[in-house]
Amino acid sequence: MPALLDRRLIFVTGKGGVGKSTVATALGLLAARAGLRTIVVELSSQERLQRTFEHQAELFHEIELAPGLFTISVDPQHSMEEYLRIRIGPLGHALGSSKLFQAFAMATPGMRELLSIGKVWELAQLQRKTRGAAPYDLVIVDAPSTGHGVGILRTPRTFAEIARVGPIANQGRAIAATIADPSLTAVVAVALPEEMPVNETLSLRDALDREGLVLQQVVMNAVYPARFSDDQAAELNGALELAESSLARAAVRAAVSEHLRAETQREQIGRLREGLDGGVVELPFLFADHIGIPELERLADDLEAGLAEPDPAGEVLT
Amino acid sequence: MSVADLLAGKRVCVCGGSGGVGKTTTSAAIALGMAAQGAKVAVVTIDPAKRLANALGLEELENEPRRVEPERLAPAGLELKGELWAMMLDPKRTFDDLIERLAPTPERAHEILENRVYRELSTAVSGSQEFTAIAKLYDLDHDGDFDLLVLDTPPSRNALDFLDAPGRLTSFLEGRALKAFLRPTGFGMRVLGRPAGIVLGGLRKITGIDLLADLSTFFGLLGGMTEDFSRRAAQVEQMLKSDSTAFLLISSAQSEAIDEAIWFRRTLEQGELPFAGVVVNRVHHDILGDADADDVESELTGLLPDQLADRVAENFRDYHVLARRDEQNVARLEPELDGRPLLLVPHFDDDVHDIEGLLRIHRYLFASEAERAQMIADVVA
Repeated sequence: MPALLDRRLIFVTGKGGVGKSTVATALGLLAARAGLRTIVVELSSQERLQRTFEHQAELFHEIELAPGLFTISVDPQHSMEEYLRIRIGPLGHALGSSKLFQAFAMATPGMRELLSIGKVWELAQLQRKTRGAAPYDLVIVDAPSTGHGVGILRTPRTFAEIARVGPIANQGRAIAATIADPSLTAVVAVALPEEMPVNETLSLRDALDREGLVLQQVVMNAVYPARFSDDQAAELNGALELAESSLARAAVRAAVSEHLRAETQREQIGRLREGLDGGVVELPFLFADHIGIPELERLADDLEAGLAEPDPAGEVLT
Repeated sequence: MSVADLLAGKRVCVCGGSGGVGKTTTSAAIALGMAAQGAKVAVVTIDPAKRLANALGLEELENEPRRVEPERLAPAGLELKGELWAMMLDPKRTFDDLIERLAPTPERAHEILENRVYRELSTAVSGSQEFTAIAKLYDLDHDGDFDLLVLDTPPSRNALDFLDAPGRLTSFLEGRALKAFLRPTGFGMRVLGRPAGIVLGGLRKITGIDLLADLSTFFGLLGGMTEDFSRRAAQVEQMLKSDSTAFLLISSAQSEAIDEAIWFRRTLEQGELPFAGVVVNRVHHDILGDADADDVESELTGLLPDQLADRVAENFRDYHVLARRDEQNVARLEPELDGRPLLLVPHFDDDVHDIEGLLRIHRYLFASEAERAQMIADVVA
């Protein structure tokens, strides 16, 4: 089993549109295969994962998608209600369902993030606070995109500092300690081999660094296959002039484009590897009309292989 | 229909959509195109790629628009009849400016700026970028120095956050909910139907007394300013709903981005916000037409060595899978449009985060129907 999975909590983050959910799910499949009771937490209340596995979409319920693989869609509202119930019983229930109280809590800066991450933390406890709930070996969080992603990791500490004493301060401190412990928590960034995602991954590493956190792993998603060598590309360019039928021309033109894109990608991957000290695993671009279970299984295989290999630390590929 | 027709007579263009769909580049390309045609345009952007920022001369956060010198664009062969201005938003500074302007005295402003709750609020919190982006847009519109403002919205995961956050933050700043709680005989108590002591006790149990104290200090400091916040919120809403504003949705052709675009479109409708059209970036246009993909191999015989021909054919089939995927995704978007235009920008060969890429998208967005068809043909065959 890859060492990365040997944690209780993994936060998967990255720039918008890079495939965080896909990678989080593939990691979840991999962990479940390794025999870990795993839950993938969605924080954006989109229930995307449940739809992928053709499950009835349900908010805030732990649902088993495949043997050993669970998912839950967490939102601040339900997190608050549950927290209040656990914390102060029936009065909590009354407070939680009060419209005014909700408005207050939801408008308090950072409260939404704190409530969501509080629920994540609860899921990662060996002794679950939710009655009758079984513990998980691994909790994988499909975290918000980078800017907010660091925010959500920072929120518990911020609250501990602002509130100083009382339950929120205590809970904030406990969660912050779990997040800061690299044997318990790992942060994984998903990137695409393009300029902006690479920049954002490098600045995420720096932002985590400032918070005393480590970026353990980068997953470079959607990497084009290297189909053509440079010599072949030259040959293709020559053929472009000679092609007589429009179909042949289109096919050759598509090949030339693909080669250019793959080349640009290699440059970006090189830049990322140069900026990091290893810890980059690549996933292939999938030429599929959508990402379903077979595609996720395939990515889990690739992750398994990639995570098992020692990464050529900082080596620039040419 | 080109973007120029779409924005005729508009003063504000808000570009919304999920992250990673090319919002920043598209916003800049739109501003550039309108400036080329003679308007004085400012593009307000959040976090542009370095190369693009450098190309526009945005080396640092300044929080005021700065003119993009025409010489920067001239080498790329573009002459502007109007003026292009650009700025990178500094959310913290925009927020501070707002407080300084609304506070009754400089001392009060200083106290608020130093307050811990405020400092958290103005920096770390999700929503503050959205709030300040809109605040800045409103100020620029109010000052009236520009013919058109183009706003590149913050990269929310959920495009809805952008519309939701300013309201959430405004209602927080107005402190209505909290004040009701802090007043023992207030509205809050009546609604809750519980003795004040228990509710306040409950609140204290959850938040910790110090947080509550900090919050009430904060609201104490804001006292007297809440009317200004409400008035501004109303004015901002008026601006966003007005006929001279256009919401443009930016998407990629991938299914998640299209889902978000559909969702965003419906939200605009519910909020009675003026929806102007959709730009879909990185579309794999169909290059197969009526031909059969299996014929490719035989067509390539003689042109290329066998092994290379096989790979070219395989690549072509893979491309076609994406073209079909994009077509299906775009088809899901079409019924949502209500006759508003849909612009499909092709997937160009390389990354578009520099001035060349910007100009290419610009040319495409401002071209006529016929010119666009020709550009697609050039890209794909």
